[in-house]
Amino acid sequence: MSDDPTARSPIRLSRRRLLQVAGAALAAPLAARVGDVRAQTLPELPVLTALLAGRTPRWERLRLEMPRFADNGQAVPLHLSMPGPFAPGPMLQAIHLFSERNPVPDMAVFEFPLPPDRVDIDARVRLAGAQRIVAIAVMSDATTYAASADVEVTIAGCLDAS
Amino acid sequence: MADARVNVPAECRRGEPFEVRISIRHAMETGYRTDAIGKTIPRNVIQRFTCRYNAVPVFAVRMSPGIAANPYLRFFVTALESGSLEFEWVDDDGVRGTAQAAIKVV
Amino acid sequence: MLAVAPTALTQPRALPLDSLRSGITFSGADIRAMQADDFANPGFLWVDRGEKLWRDAPAGSQSCATCHGDAPKSMRGVATRYPAYQDSAAGVFDLEARINDCRVRRQNLPALARESDDLLGLTTFVATQSRGMPMQGSIAGPARASWERGRDFYYARHGQMNLSCAQCHDVNWGKRLYTETMSQGHGTAFPAYKLEWQSLGSLQRRIRACMYGIRAAMPGYGTPELTDVELYLAWRAQGLPVEAPGVRR
Repeated sequence: MSDDPTARSPIRLSRRRLLQVAGAALAAPLAARVGDVRAQTLPELPVLTALLAGRTPRWERLRLEMPRFADNGQAVPLHLSMPGPFAPGPMLQAIHLFSERNPVPDMAVFEFPLPPDRVDIDARVRLAGAQRIVAIAVMSDATTYAASADVEVTIAGCLDAS
Repeated sequence: MADARVNVPAECRRGEPFEVRISIRHAMETGYRTDAIGKTIPRNVIQRFTCRYNAVPVFAVRMSPGIAANPYLRFFVTALESGSLEFEWVDDDGVRGTAQAAIKVV
Repeated sequence: MLAVAPTALTQPRALPLDSLRSGITFSGADIRAMQADDFANPGFLWVDRGEKLWRDAPAGSQSCATCHGDAPKSMRGVATRYPAYQDSAAGVFDLEARINDCRVRRQNLPALARESDDLLGLTTFVATQSRGMPMQGSIAGPARASWERGRDFYYARHGQMNLSCAQCHDVNWGKRLYTETMSQGHGTAFPAYKLEWQSLGSLQRRIRACMYGIRAAMPGYGTPELTDVELYLAWRAQGLPVEAPGVRR
C-alpha cells in the first residue's frame, strides 16, 4: 500500500466495487416491486375518485389489453375481458374506462343492463399521448375490480395537413 | 350512407353467447380540432349507444371523444329466442342512427 | 443522393419489379390486423356507401348498374389499369375523374367533389373489385407524356426540405423516419383508411400529405400534376396487387 492518501488501493477499489454491485443487486428487486406497485396505482382523477367513493378496487379478474406501442393515437385497439362465472353471486353492472392524460378523462362506460355471461369487448380509443388507461368494473354488490394498461403513442414521421 | 355495418352469426345456439360486431360511420369530432382557417370544429360525438335484443336492452356504451372515429364495437350477447338486435345511437347534435340484425336461435 | 432522372429512352426502374413491397409490410401488427379483417376495416363503410350509390338510380337519371350491371363482374380488373388515357378527354384520368366523367356525360348528374364521401365511396367500391389483382397499367401512346411529367415530378426536389419522392421512397425505404419505417411509396392501398385522417382518403390526398410533410405547396385536387404522379406511381407499382380499401396509420 502506498503512503499517498489519494491513492486507491486495489483492495479498497474492489470493496467499493463490491458495494456498488451489492447495492445494485439490492436495488433491482426493489425497483421491480416499486414497478408492480406503480402498475396498480390509480391516477389522480376526480371522476375516478367520485366513482370509487372510498372503495379500494381489487386488481384481479378484470383484464385490459392494449398494444404497448400504438401505431397512431387516433385509433388504439382495446380489449376488455372478465372471466365468469357470474351467476350465482354478484353480477357485472358496468365497466368504466379512464384516461390519465386525455382532456376528457372518462373515456367510456360499458353498461350491462342484463347480466352478461361472457365479457369480451373490443373497441378503439383515442389517446392524447403516451399514458396509462384504467378500467374499473363495478359489480351488483358494489365491489370493484381494476385493471390498467400503459400505452406508448408513436408520432408520425411527417406532419400531415392534407 | 352506410351508417353502420353489423355482423352476427348466421345461427346462434340457445343459451350460448354469440359475437356481435358493429362499425358505425361517425366522425366523433372531439371539439379540439381546427379547420383549414384555424376555426375550432365543434364537438360532436356519439353520447350513447344501445343494443336491444327483442326490445330488451342488453348492452350499452356511454361514449366520449375518447372513443375513436368510426366507432367499432365487438361484444357478446347470450342467445335466448330468435328475433332481432336493434342498435341505436345518439350524438351531441341529437342526430339518431339505427341499425338492426336478425337473430336466428337454434 | 439524388438519382439522375432516367430519360424516356432508358426507362429503368429504380425499384426492380421483384423487389416491390406493399406498404402493409412496413405497418405494425394492429394496422395489418385491421386491413386483413373486412369487418374491422373501416374502409368498408365507404365500400358499402359506394355499392348503394352504384345501385340506386337518382331521380331523373340512371344508375351505374343500369349500364354496368353487376360491379364484381363489370369492374373486375378496372383499377389495375388506372390511371388511364381517355380519348374523349385527350388526357389521363384517375378512377375518380373517370367516375365523374360518367356522371356528367352519361348520367346527366353533377360531378362529385374530390374527397366527398360519395366520390370516395364509389371509387373505393370500384377499386375493391380488383382487390388482389396485379397492377398492369399501360404508359404506351398518348399516356406517355403524362408518365414523363409524373416521373419528372417524382425525381424533382420539392419544398423547404428540398426533397424528392425518390430520396425517401427509392433510396431510403426500409429505414426509420422518427418512429415510422419508410415505405416504398406505392399507391395500391388507396383509397385507404388512414388512422391519422380518421377517415378514408384518396391517393391524391396522400400525395398532398407527403408534399405538406416536406413543406411544399400541395397541388390542387384533380389537377393534371397530381394525375401525372398517380400514373407514374401506378407504373412503378406494376405487379403489386390492388389492396383498396387499405388501412394505414
